[in-house]
This record gives sequence, structure tokens and C-alpha cells, in this order.
Amino acid sequence: MAQAQTNRSVGVVTPQVYHHGAPLHLSAGGRLASFDLVFETYGSLNENRSNAILICHALSGNHHAAGYHDQDDAKPGWWDSCVGPGKPIDTDRFFVVSLNNLGGCHGSTGPTSENPDTGKPYGPTFPTVTVQDWVRSQALLADHLGINRFAAVVGGSLGGMQAMQWAIDQPDRLHSAVLIACAARLTAQNIAFNEIARQAISSDPSFHGGDYSQLGENPELGLMLARMIGHVTYLSDDGMRQKFGRELQSGGFEPGHDVQFQVESYLHHQGRSFSQRFDANTYILMTRALDYFDPAREHEDDLARALSAANCKFCVVSFSTDWRFSTERSKEIVDALVSARKNVASAIIESQHGHDSFLLEIPRYFDVLRSYLDRIFEEVCGEA
Amino acid sequence: MRRDLDIISDLVNPGARVLDLGCGEGQLLAHLQANKNVNGYGLEIDADNITTCLSRGVNVIEQDLDQGLHNFPDDSFDMVVMTETLQTVRAPDRLLDEMLRIADQCVVTFPNFGHWRCRTYLLSRGMMPVADHLPHAWYDTPNIHLCTFLDFERLCRQKALTIIDRFVVDDRHISRPLANRFPNVFGHTAFYRLGRAGSAA
Repeated sequence: MAQAQTNRSVGVVTPQVYHHGAPLHLSAGGRLASFDLVFETYGSLNENRSNAILICHALSGNHHAAGYHDQDDAKPGWWDSCVGPGKPIDTDRFFVVSLNNLGGCHGSTGPTSENPDTGKPYGPTFPTVTVQDWVRSQALLADHLGINRFAAVVGGSLGGMQAMQWAIDQPDRLHSAVLIACAARLTAQNIAFNEIARQAISSDPSFHGGDYSQLGENPELGLMLARMIGHVTYLSDDGMRQKFGRELQSGGFEPGHDVQFQVESYLHHQGRSFSQRFDANTYILMTRALDYFDPAREHEDDLARALSAANCKFCVVSFSTDWRFSTERSKEIVDALVSARKNVASAIIESQHGHDSFLLEIPRYFDVLRSYLDRIFEEVCGEA
Repeated sequence: MRRDLDIISDLVNPGARVLDLGCGEGQLLAHLQANKNVNGYGLEIDADNITTCLSRGVNVIEQDLDQGLHNFPDDSFDMVVMTETLQTVRAPDRLLDEMLRIADQCVVTFPNFGHWRCRTYLLSRGMMPVADHLPHAWYDTPNIHLCTFLDFERLCRQKALTIIDRFVVDDRHISRPLANRFPNVFGHTAFYRLGRAGSAA
């Protein structure tokens, strides 16, 4: 960890585990006899316990949002650019909680965990979890931490869906919800990309119907393909052109070679490294949770009615070249919130980086988050 | 407190649902939220203005007026307000229709291009007027649809819109006898409250 990186960093953090000893009944009908959530916190909780922010992670995220696990770590947490002292999610002011969701593969109870009933890993038998279940388990974690009401629940992409569900299901337990590069439901095109990813995994001969770990195997090829297709959809045409163009690995065409263009090499690398750190069953479970999310469904497809239960303020941020969670989807959320008479602010950030923009340090994006959260701090903590 | 905000504030009922087109730094909405308990939203496209609105706790929505207001249903607001913005939009006539579709009343303010200073500037120098409230050169001005009070009222007549009331003020937003007697010459800014065709004035 270079000295320059510790500047404005939360530094070395140690993950903690919350064990919930009682059963959790899941919205799709399943049940977990007990569960663990692995989480990290940054900053300190004030006396009134009013300065807490919950960060909800996206499809492949985890609890490690900021800082380093070890002095020698090469890379900080996935949202370190945004979370830390003096950063938009300012740990000098806020107490930040970031967890790995149920069904994850980074320490929280998920398909790789042991099923207490069988003594074997859950694998493909891990029950279906939804965004609603995540919110319920996150609320239990908040109880454990003594947080009655979050100043803000913040998330990008699938994380934004959790923030929206928080607003609907726990209206009195948050002051604001920040929905970044989000959608109130996936489009058919978006579900289609998820299905291609799932098919890539399940058709890998090493997948064995999800029982790969018991056979000592891992559907690496399938995971790699899933990640490659996902990755392309997270970038934009322009962004890829700028980053890779038609640059060749060796400077000329080499017919017969596997990898010729730099974009191929990049995708192979991304896919391969992902396949070694992510669990295939978790990937399938998380994409299903994305597909199922649709709070308007129980309200005759009227999103405004679904959101009418909410009691918090909203901030909705989207990015100009994001085509996986386009600005149109965010506008739908804003229109529904206006129609439901909720307090909402929105910004559309110019960026060439597609859906991935929400993870990047884009000056205007960070200005928006900072201004909004500074105001939230003023409102909940009564000082500037 | 800015006097123009007071004038508009007087026209808004407590607790009303207000949409502010081109809300700028959100002063009007902040004022209405604090004093009239309105449920207000502002549309804005300038990044710095949006950031200021966020810091103020104003409901600012990034939306370009030139792309239309089709996302707002009929009668979804009590009042639509547009201050000093009419002259900057691509189709002011269509926007007026949209405003009175969304709410049955709207307030519009704009600078009077028929003010004697503009007239004498053009007459004496033969060039497009540049003044404190119109600081831009003709080629880079955001004010692409300047008009006089007479022009505007003629448009309202053509559309059969009801002018419920009109306040004419000087450059410090103060009502003066001369400006009330000869508004199109001595009036600097006007506040029009409009209603739909056939509504009672």
C-alpha cells in the first residue's frame, strides 16, 4: 500500500461477521435456519446514531468497499474513490456500513457455505433470495449495529434496487435513498443478457448442475464467458473505441492466434480473473435477483403506487452512455416519485464509460453526490 | 429576500404542487418550501445550478425544457412557474400550451424587449441592445426568443389564454406609476399569471 494511496483512505480495515441465530423466511418461500453477514464499517457512529450510511453492492460486489485489508494489498475496496475521509461519502462525517449480501461468495452465507441440514455446501440448493430478502437481512444487521435509521442508503445498479426496496419496505428507517445507474425493473434486453450469462455457466461441462465444488471442479470457462458478455454491456461503444480502438496485440494480424486485438486480451483477462474469484452459483443467484426485482408488479405495474409507501428523500443519478441501465430507466423512477409526491432530485452525468461509470471518479458525479450528502448530513445532524 | 420571489410567492397557494421550469439555483422553490409548504419540483439543465439546488435541499430534476414536458401528466400540478426562461426556449408557444396542460394556472416572467432603453439603443446605435439584464452579444445569447409585452399578450390572445393578472415592475422589481401607465415602454419585467382558454380572469 503506497503512501499516496493512504491519503484520504480509510486505511486498513478488518471485516466483521454478524451471525443471525434465528431462522430467516425468504420471500420466495425458502428458509435459512441461520445466517452470517460479513461487513465492514468506516468512520464512527455519532452519539445520536444518526450519521450512518448503508452501501448496497451490485451484482459482483462485496463488503469491501473502501480501504485495504492488508498493508501489502495492491488494490483498495471497489468504491474507494468515493468512500473515505473528505470523499463524497465522507467518513469524517458519516459512519459507513458495507456488507456482502446473502447468497454472496465473500463470507456471507451463500451457496459455498455449509448447509447445516446436510453438512455439505448448499451449492445449487441454496434457496432463492430476492432484493426484499436482502433488505430484511440488512435491517437485521442495522439492528445489531444499533442503527435505527440510516441517513442514507446508497447503491449503484443492483445496489440502487436495494436502496429503492429499503424506501418501500422500511420507510421509517432511512432519511434518504441514493439510486445510481438503477432501474425499477429490468427490460427484456437486460434479462436476456443475464440469461446468456447463466447459460454460459450452466452449459460448461464442469458445472454439473451446480454441484461442481463437491467434485472438485469449477466452471471457469462458463464464468469467464458470463463475465465477458457482462463486461461488454457495462461499457459503451465510444468508451471501448477510446480504450482499445482496433489496436493489435502484436502490431499485425496473426491468423490462427487466439487473441489478436487488445480488446480480446482485455476481456480474456477480466473473464479469467473473475472466474477464479467468483462462485458460479452465486452469479446465477444474483442475476436472478436482478431479474425478479419489480416492486411495481404487486401494484398493477404502477411504480408510483409501489413507491407511495416511501417516506424518505431520493436522489437519482444516471449516466449518458449507460445502455444497460439507461437514463430512461432513471427518468421512469423520477417521474413515478414526482407522481407519488416524494422529494426527489436527479442528475444525468455525461460520461463515455457506460454502466461502469457509477464506479468511476467522474468530477460532476462526485460533485452531485457530495452536495446531496452534505445536505443530508445537515438535515440529520443539524450542522453544516 | 428577493422581491421577485415575493411577488410569485403571493400568487401561490399554501401547500400547492408547483413545477418551476428553469429553476436556476432553486431560490424560489427553497422560498416556497420554507414559507408556503409547497410540494415543489424544479427542472434545470445547468450542472452548477443543479449542484446548488442539491445543497439547498431543493427537488431539482435534470431535464431539458426543449425536449418537452410529456412526462408530466395533465393536471398533475397546481401551478407551473417559469421565471426569466421563456425567451431562452426553442418553442415558447408550445411550452405555454404544455404548462397549461400540466396545471390550470401558470406564472411567466420575462424581460421586456420593448423597454425604452432597448428601443433607444437600437435606434441610436443600430445594434442589438446589450444591457445589464441582456448582457450577451447577439451570436452567443441564450435569449433566442426575446419579445415585448405586446408580443406576448398577442400570443396569449391568439391562443385564447386568459391573462388572470399582470404585474409590471422596474429593474429592481418595484412597481412604478410610469411603468403601470406605459408598461411596454417603461416596464422592465412583467409577471403574468395565465389561465386556460375560457377560464375566468
